[in-house]
Amino acid sequence: MASEPTAATPSGESTNLGLRVVVAWLVLSAIATPLVAIYVGPLIPPGNGSVQAQGQTFSNQVMVGLITPVLCLMAVFFAYGLIRFHMRANETALEGPPIRNDSRIQLLWLVITTTMVLFLAGFGTYELLKDGAGGGQGPDPIALPAHHHTAFPVQVIGQQWEFTYRYPTLGGMESNQLVLPENTLVVLHVTSLDVIHSFWAYQLGVKADANPGTDNVAYVTTKGPLVFHVRCAELCGLWHGYMFDNGFVVSHTAFTHWAARAVALYRSIKPYVNRPPEKGGAPFSLTYLPAPPGRAG
Amino acid sequence: MRVGVKLLLIAAAVLAAGIAIGFYVSHLTTLAGSPAYSVPVHNVNGHPVVDLEIETVAAVGSKLSPNPDWVSYLVRTKDNGWQRMTVWDLPANATVHVTWFNFDGASGLRNPYLGRPQGVVANHILVYNKPVDRVDPNLASHTFAVPALGLIVAVPGVPDDAKHPCGYAPCSPGKDSHVTVHFTFHTTTPGHYRWQCFVPCAAGWLYGFGGPMQTIGYMDGFLNVKA
Amino acid sequence: MTDAAVTAPSPPLWRRLIGFNFITALILGVAGWYVGWFGAHAVVGPSLDYFGDIDYNELSVYLAYLGGVVGFLVGLGFLNYPVRRLLGYPPSLREKEESGWTRYFSLCTDHKVVGIQYLWGIGLFIFIGGLNAMLIRTELLTPHNQVFPAGTYLTIVGMHGTMMMGMMTSGILGPFANYFVPIMIGARRMAFPRIEALTFWLLMAAGVVLTSTVFFGGFPTGWTGYAPLSTQANPGIDNYILFFALVGVSMTLLGLNMIVTVLTMRAPGLTWTRLPIFVWGVISTSVLMVLAAPILIAALGMAALDRTAQTSFFNPAIGGSNYLYENLFWMFGHPEVYVLALPGFAIVLELLPVFARKPLWGYRLAVSGLLGVSLLSWFVWQHHLFVSGINGDLRPFYMLSTELISIPTGFTFLCGMMTLWRGHIRYTVPMLFCLAWFFNFLIGGLSGVFLSDVPSDVTTHGSFFVMAHFHYTIMGGLIFTFFAAIYYWVPKMTGWELNERLGKIHFWTMFIFFNSAFSVLFAVGFLGQPRRSVTYPSNLQFLNDWVSISAFLLGASMLVFIFNLVWSLAFVKKPAAANPWGSRSIEFQLPSPVPVHNFDRIPVFSGDPYGYGEEPMPSLTPAGAPAGRD
Repeated sequence: MASEPTAATPSGESTNLGLRVVVAWLVLSAIATPLVAIYVGPLIPPGNGSVQAQGQTFSNQVMVGLITPVLCLMAVFFAYGLIRFHMRANETALEGPPIRNDSRIQLLWLVITTTMVLFLAGFGTYELLKDGAGGGQGPDPIALPAHHHTAFPVQVIGQQWEFTYRYPTLGGMESNQLVLPENTLVVLHVTSLDVIHSFWAYQLGVKADANPGTDNVAYVTTKGPLVFHVRCAELCGLWHGYMFDNGFVVSHTAFTHWAARAVALYRSIKPYVNRPPEKGGAPFSLTYLPAPPGRAG
Repeated sequence: MRVGVKLLLIAAAVLAAGIAIGFYVSHLTTLAGSPAYSVPVHNVNGHPVVDLEIETVAAVGSKLSPNPDWVSYLVRTKDNGWQRMTVWDLPANATVHVTWFNFDGASGLRNPYLGRPQGVVANHILVYNKPVDRVDPNLASHTFAVPALGLIVAVPGVPDDAKHPCGYAPCSPGKDSHVTVHFTFHTTTPGHYRWQCFVPCAAGWLYGFGGPMQTIGYMDGFLNVKA
Repeated sequence: MTDAAVTAPSPPLWRRLIGFNFITALILGVAGWYVGWFGAHAVVGPSLDYFGDIDYNELSVYLAYLGGVVGFLVGLGFLNYPVRRLLGYPPSLREKEESGWTRYFSLCTDHKVVGIQYLWGIGLFIFIGGLNAMLIRTELLTPHNQVFPAGTYLTIVGMHGTMMMGMMTSGILGPFANYFVPIMIGARRMAFPRIEALTFWLLMAAGVVLTSTVFFGGFPTGWTGYAPLSTQANPGIDNYILFFALVGVSMTLLGLNMIVTVLTMRAPGLTWTRLPIFVWGVISTSVLMVLAAPILIAALGMAALDRTAQTSFFNPAIGGSNYLYENLFWMFGHPEVYVLALPGFAIVLELLPVFARKPLWGYRLAVSGLLGVSLLSWFVWQHHLFVSGINGDLRPFYMLSTELISIPTGFTFLCGMMTLWRGHIRYTVPMLFCLAWFFNFLIGGLSGVFLSDVPSDVTTHGSFFVMAHFHYTIMGGLIFTFFAAIYYWVPKMTGWELNERLGKIHFWTMFIFFNSAFSVLFAVGFLGQPRRSVTYPSNLQFLNDWVSISAFLLGASMLVFIFNLVWSLAFVKKPAAANPWGSRSIEFQLPSPVPVHNFDRIPVFSGDPYGYGEEPMPSLTPAGAPAGRD
């Protein structure tokens, strides 16, 4: 099959066409990115229910904003290229210009993608280390929010198939409802009594796996009163899909009232909690109290 | 090969595939399920009231199940017999009086907090007709819990030295040693409410929570609350 | 090499039924199953009383299925050659070379037969996996009513994922690398033809092991098989463990075979820079297969020991750790997903020059992209465990490494896009599937950027967002290129054309409904629906119904493909030209279907197959050259 190079000088034509694509891309990005930021941005989850959720929402919004130009580039390139370079009926014998390489384009692409990647990694690291971003950090957290020493501790205990919550500072009171005071830095110690679960409080932006025998620490700073959904996010057996609940962030007075009622209800069962087996404790009782940092994965 | 023969072969293959798929899917829909039992309702002053009698047995026996050693719940049906069904139809906004016969020994709760009855009327249960507001978690044998309704009730176990321990289901409250518990709870909006037991008693499975503890028809089920 | 050995008249059918063949294999397989089952009972007593009265003999399940698989393989004749060598017979190359359709149901050492066996075998099990997906979406039509009991739903989810992952790891290497790599490097066979056949039959036996899990109660862990849920589960999980172990063995051997073949059997003149990009893709995938699959086998072996011998690998209460399983699994699991993705890259880069009539742009960059992905895939696995409680110091590192892997992936995009630039694009069915790859993998890859960022991962981990991400990369990336390869190469493999119009209908329906189904899943995940959940909040029902209907229509588009396949290959049977696409690649210089011995003479390579627009195609048999023995 004979080959026919195109009539115009290859590099000149390429540059012209390339410029067209680049200009079209810049224009489209300049239009699309603000539109996305204004209309799609506010819809991005998980919302502003807590400081950490707000941080996650910001991270998500930045990334949506970053991928918009990438999508625009692909859209422009393919919309233009697939039409412009479509083989016409009279071109069936034609073979394209034998361009095998252009190191300038390779270098440009490498520089741009590497810059974006390094920016994203740096941005993500900053957002993560700032306040933990609501994720479980194991027993030895390094991303500590300010004043973490005075955080309000709550232990989240996952078991098949229910979450229960213990409040060490309220006499170890256990409840099957998670109630938190507003505008407070809360430290969640997530653990499991049997298999791996995952505590996911959607509007609070908290997700931490519940591992048996391990303490998984997550920080969350609550804001105003809120109802949030608690779900299990790690497959844990038959009723994994039904392992959900509602949690509440309430005002300080409401929290005090609730806590008083819950402690009163708890008193009847308290003598049995964490009694060692040799002293008549329940044989399976593995209710776990936050211990000094230990080994983890 | 002639066209007609090919068509015949393909039709046969499609038919065989259809039969295999149908068999497989029907096997899946019945795998470890449980038929639903409509608990009889009677009206008191226009308010629906249900009497639910359930029993828990230590071993269900080969007549009722391919797994004879599995623990199970059974429900008393209209003909006064006991059936191994754990999906029950209940009316919405109703009062449910539960009588629970437990024929099994104690295993102990994993989370002692669940020994406190919750979600029951008057915040206590009746054990041998005496009001009780907690069950020693070490002596708990099983629980009946509907997390979506906030209902958790534990039942004490039959003592080890009981005179007439029940062998295989169905167990009879008249003959075999048992513990009787009464409690009342309310159903609210219509829906699909799962219930489970929280005492990990499935011997032979890690953490005691495998096998019957994870199978509808034994230690798990649904309350179909219907309007 | 003469053809006498291969064209001797085949024995009559009744004679072929005796001896080592498929029927013997089935009989010995069933016999082996019972030997294992009752053997285990005889050895360890009626029930294993390790944890208590378990009412079930775990060991019997393993030994039964192992016995069944071994019996099956022995029945096919895989032990014949090793036994002959042990007895002192000299080494021989081919055992059976009969013609006829029974080759496809036996141990055949012709790599082309193995390729076609793979195509149909994997196709069958993917069909089953796809049916499971339809069942999943049926269940998710409504959050209130249950089609399947909750435990069964988990089994269906697990079977769908496990079957697809197990089968698609060899999805492109199995059919197409086995068939075309020897041809592309100018060889007549693979380095280890019997092992090649073994990888196929192991995969088929494994598929049967997995589908029979329903008879043992299914398994509740999903395809990841996390301990300690796996230790706690019904005996059905033993099927899962054994399936993946067999798949792991098959993967390791397949990768090994590919690497050794390409290293040692290239024809004269085929330097590394003249190798087709498809072969480079095969190499980079094979390296991952060989190194990653054994890790999986180890993890599964530990899980099996935990279940049968009460070891404490993964049980924290007695000194083990669930983190051990998670890390081992994902150390396999992440290279595994690149085993799935890399062949897709290779197919796209291989096909684009043919249909754009231009050389592959940036050959060396593309190769470094493939190898770079392969290398970096070892350093990212903890991004599956960002919120699991791993050491906090590790998370920024894994965030960086995961982001970095998008750079070599980008090379594939750049090379593909620049190959299209100023080309003369023909929209044939294979090309359409390759172009769809750009769209799908772009979305899949960009959603991966979200998942690699730890704060964003806290939002999306364990939700349907992850599901949408990996379906876009695996289904949108691999399955679309799988079909591209089918439409491109099946005429060469079988000698019959596939109907172009039906192919285009298949493509458009598949593309539209695939995107309709999975793009919505991003939203569903963002709105908080966790994975593997049989129920969900009522306000998500509309979106779930949209996804389910789209999924059913996507399944229907597969029926169009199956119809095309059967119609074109069994009824229409229009003979395919030797080179319908005008490709410069060497396999298209051979007749369709490729003859048994591949080449008349071993070719000598003088360039890569991408010289479009540069020089006329070199002929396989230059004019005036004597045809003779190689």
